[in-house]
Amino acid sequence: MKKLSGIIVFLLIVLDVYLLGKILIGGKNVQILNPQGFVALQERNLIYLAVALMLIGAIPVFIMAIFVGRKYHANNTNAAYSPDWDHHHGLQIFFWGFLITIMSALSVIVWVAAHQLDPHVALEPDKKPFVVQVFALRYKWLFVYPQQGIASVNYVEFPEKTPLTFEITASDTPMTSFWIPQLGGQIYAMSGMATQTHLIADTVGQYRGASSEINGDGYADMVFTAHSVTKSDFAAWAKRVKHSPNKLTYDSFKKLSQPSIPAQVTFYSSTPDNLFTTIVMQYMAHPSTGAQAKSETMSGMNGMSK
Amino acid sequence: MNWKEFILGKLTWNDLPHEWFTLGGTGAFVVLAIGLAIFLTYFKRWKWLWNEWLTSTDPKKIGVMYIAVAFFMFLRGGLDALMIWSQQVLGASNMPGFLGAQHGYLSADHFQQIFTAHGDIMVFFVTMGFLFGLINLVVPLQIGARDLAFPFLNSLGFWLYFAGVLLINMFFVLGGQFGATGWLAVAPLSELQFHPGVGVDYWIWSLQVSGLGTLIGGINFVVTILKMRAPGMTLMRMPMFTWTSLMSMMLVITIFPILAMTIALLTMDRYFGTHFFTLNNGGNQMMYWNLIWMWGHPEVYVLIIPSFGIYSEIVSTFSKKKIFGYPSLVAAAAGITLLSFAVWLHHFFTMGAGADVNSFFGIMTMFIAIPTGLQIINWLFTLFRGRIQFVSPIYWFFGMVSTFTFGGMAGILMAVPPIDFQVHNSLFLVAHFHTTIVGGALFGIFAGFTYWFPKFTGFRLHETLGKYAFWTWLVGFFISFVPLYILGFMGATRRLDHYAASTGWQPLFLTALVGICILALAVGIQILQLIVSIVKRKELRDTTGGDPWDGHTLEWATTSPPPFYNYAVIPEVHGRDAWWEMKKQGTAHKPVKYHDLELPKNTPMGIYIAGFIFLFGVAMTFHATLFSLIGLFGAVTCAFIRAFDDHSEYILPAAEVEKIENRLRKK
Amino acid sequence: MTVKAATIPTKEQIEEVATDKTLFGFWVYLMTDLLMFAVLFATYSVLHGSIYNGPSSNEIFNLPFALTETMILLVSSFTSGLGTLAAHEKSRKFVLLWFGITFLLGLAFLGLELSEFSKLVAEGNSWHRSAFLSSFFTLVGTHGLHITTGLVWMLICMISVATKGVTKSMVRKLTLLSLFWHFLDIVWIFIFTIVYLMGAL
Repeated sequence: MKKLSGIIVFLLIVLDVYLLGKILIGGKNVQILNPQGFVALQERNLIYLAVALMLIGAIPVFIMAIFVGRKYHANNTNAAYSPDWDHHHGLQIFFWGFLITIMSALSVIVWVAAHQLDPHVALEPDKKPFVVQVFALRYKWLFVYPQQGIASVNYVEFPEKTPLTFEITASDTPMTSFWIPQLGGQIYAMSGMATQTHLIADTVGQYRGASSEINGDGYADMVFTAHSVTKSDFAAWAKRVKHSPNKLTYDSFKKLSQPSIPAQVTFYSSTPDNLFTTIVMQYMAHPSTGAQAKSETMSGMNGMSK
Repeated sequence: MNWKEFILGKLTWNDLPHEWFTLGGTGAFVVLAIGLAIFLTYFKRWKWLWNEWLTSTDPKKIGVMYIAVAFFMFLRGGLDALMIWSQQVLGASNMPGFLGAQHGYLSADHFQQIFTAHGDIMVFFVTMGFLFGLINLVVPLQIGARDLAFPFLNSLGFWLYFAGVLLINMFFVLGGQFGATGWLAVAPLSELQFHPGVGVDYWIWSLQVSGLGTLIGGINFVVTILKMRAPGMTLMRMPMFTWTSLMSMMLVITIFPILAMTIALLTMDRYFGTHFFTLNNGGNQMMYWNLIWMWGHPEVYVLIIPSFGIYSEIVSTFSKKKIFGYPSLVAAAAGITLLSFAVWLHHFFTMGAGADVNSFFGIMTMFIAIPTGLQIINWLFTLFRGRIQFVSPIYWFFGMVSTFTFGGMAGILMAVPPIDFQVHNSLFLVAHFHTTIVGGALFGIFAGFTYWFPKFTGFRLHETLGKYAFWTWLVGFFISFVPLYILGFMGATRRLDHYAASTGWQPLFLTALVGICILALAVGIQILQLIVSIVKRKELRDTTGGDPWDGHTLEWATTSPPPFYNYAVIPEVHGRDAWWEMKKQGTAHKPVKYHDLELPKNTPMGIYIAGFIFLFGVAMTFHATLFSLIGLFGAVTCAFIRAFDDHSEYILPAAEVEKIENRLRKK
Repeated sequence: MTVKAATIPTKEQIEEVATDKTLFGFWVYLMTDLLMFAVLFATYSVLHGSIYNGPSSNEIFNLPFALTETMILLVSSFTSGLGTLAAHEKSRKFVLLWFGITFLLGLAFLGLELSEFSKLVAEGNSWHRSAFLSSFFTLVGTHGLHITTGLVWMLICMISVATKGVTKSMVRKLTLLSLFWHFLDIVWIFIFTIVYLMGAL
């Protein structure tokens, strides 16, 4: 029985090493560990740091478990046996202290990292931001470029090495999550709310974007492509889109908001004014009550994005 | 007055089962029910079942019933898991769809109902069921009590749990759909605007009804442990399992009112047109998340803290040592209990609360890892300088150390908000919580089941099969869940019924499916173990008179199985590890003077009340007002009748007690 | 109170333990009920500004009206206390008198509350209108439902006392009822303060 246990443990370790190797050599597919943007890179490095710190605590525990299991087996009558030894103040203080130290170090990391990698904070605040407005709909993503006056569905293109500001909301859908794993962390897109995230692509490439929060039976279709290109390529693309026959109006937006699967990648050559604000405010009271509606608006949007 | 609507509500002919999967479920239940009926009739056991088990207020009987029902729900939840994984293997975009589905063999809506049911079943009906069963069986014996504080409420609590079980399976018979919203039915997805059918309503009523049973049980256990301990058993002399049960139940009584009210608010939105969580008229979606996770986070500690107590008992007994660091373990359990209220926002760091708020909750989550880690260290130090007997409960303990630690580390990783932004709602999260619940809570339940089995049956479980079951579980566990961690890092989100083949996820889904099949095999071995143990029970008999493991705590002082009144004379306790002390001092088997015992009678009232509430639940799901009123009125009337029943106890004469004791101990 | 192993418990001791357990258990239940109300209060606090285009709190609350309800409930709490004292003295007459008055006061409270609700609904300010109104009706309505349950319980107790007199178990039940009633009074004080007083300002 003991030999069998040994063989099983050995096989398990081999399997785990194989699978772990798959991660490290997995390459592009293991997106979180293969960041293509500054934010994602920081987040990956954080993972490594946190894991290292935790292993300081975990490895002694594993070693102790193996040691104790082998040495104090009932058959090993040579080993010391202290049936009533049930407390040791020094050891206990050491345990608490050891764990508190590691967790305190991690807590400091939490505070610093959460503030440094706050999605609401612009990456290079003194530079003019490149703005994309994101609308989560059922079951598609609409991207509006207010600075270029164009829009696209399930496809977003932007220049590399440029700090991006994504202004995010949703319409007529339960909560969704806006996420491009290779560029950075996700943030929730909610109807009636406005939020922001800031990302940057370090190089040219095509990346998968998706929602992680279920919003209905078309949830698995909330996938989009994020394409970072050179500045000149982007300008050329924007110019081409300006010749698209489709125009985004409030009517076509309403049609887009209807649940449908799957959505085709579409391009729009014009967008209505104030679309973002109007869509965010659509759940607020009608402005017929004047001042009351305005104060309501402020309190309704409070507690969300800064 | 629309009479049809008043009586039948939204029910139509279409609600009868007519799709292949509902028919399959209905068929399975019908076969089971008929099989059971034949079995009972052939062995002439109807009256026995009613008198000995169903109407019993004996916590040992109720505990067994909890475990039996939880086990059946475990099989259903496991089947759901198999369906989820097979769909995900078949759901790659380069594969055709089968059985009318566009991808794989399940439509998106159906797939979403399955993982919703899987989550709710595993949390509410399997783990809670197993735990309530074990606590019922063990805690009264451990504290030297004859029964719980409120025996009738114990029975009622079980039957409400059972009513919840029926309700979550009821859609196979009527309605054909369950909620497709994820196990917590978050708003606004669960609002009428996005889910107008009866699915979410089934979710609401099965959880409300079983939640009421859980709350009643929680109050019962807390009062029992605080008020009914044997003389001399101060709080710091209680066994660790009793301590952790107390902590877990104190969490239950604090959080289940929150769950009940949150679900009630959702119910108000769906039934009465209020605007708590709607998109319109000022509703606040984020509030649902806050409320539900205020319940949800402490709930996961409810699930795992009793298992921590089980591990404490096991490492102590099987290393033949007193538990190391008892005051520290108690303080740690208390610390976990209190801190569990301060971390709920870590479930939605990504909702955008800002760096200050996120950091606070991240740091609190870091702190809660401290007492958890302490538990493991103290257990290892208990084994240190002990004489460890490698029976299967100890295997489960080491299994926990190897699995739960990884899950815990994954959790600490996710407690750093920027890291969470990259792994929230991915399969990394799914791997984390399965690793902690399966590796921590479930392994503990298996260990406890093996450990206490001889106490309640008089014979041990077959040891070799137990070891085979353990290894199969461990191998299957790693093969199932390590791929999920990797998939999480590959950006794979949870709850997907289909995905592009170019993501490269399919081989890992396939690996995980192989793992789940191995787990299914493991459960099969456990069932085999039970059957073989029953068949070979004479060989596996406990011949020590009730103490097969040379235990430390009071439950081992009784015979195996104990008499239905537990203790003829309540023992007096002089220290921690009361039974161990008694054995050392030679006071273990003193002759005693018997006296009359006042014991609770059996009663069918729990069944009747729960039956009316079940009717209420089904009727409310379909908005059938007449039957809702009948159910409600019936339940309340029965409750009042019971409340005014002054003759719910009987006297067992001392002579009878002596006869039973002599018979049991002569074995 | 636990029983020493050396002594055989007497019937009085068993009864005492039972009352002790039941009272403690009922307190625990009251705390869980308080937690449910806490959720409602938290919800009300979060949503009380979400008036959509409906009325805000200072437009619909009438302080003298709410004060009347409060006084009625406070007096009924006092009379239920007198009823409990009468129960301990096993006086059937006074139990029926004091709990009868409590019952009538409770009924009056409910009547006033229902009239407030129906006035609001008639004006078009029902719980459908806004999140604020939803949370108002639910919070105050839940309290009203508890009062109703208490009244039904009270009625059944009074019938039992009228027919079977004040038995030992009846004393226990009346004590529990009285605890419940006081609890509801305390919750009402919170409602009066947080909803009506702070709302009207």
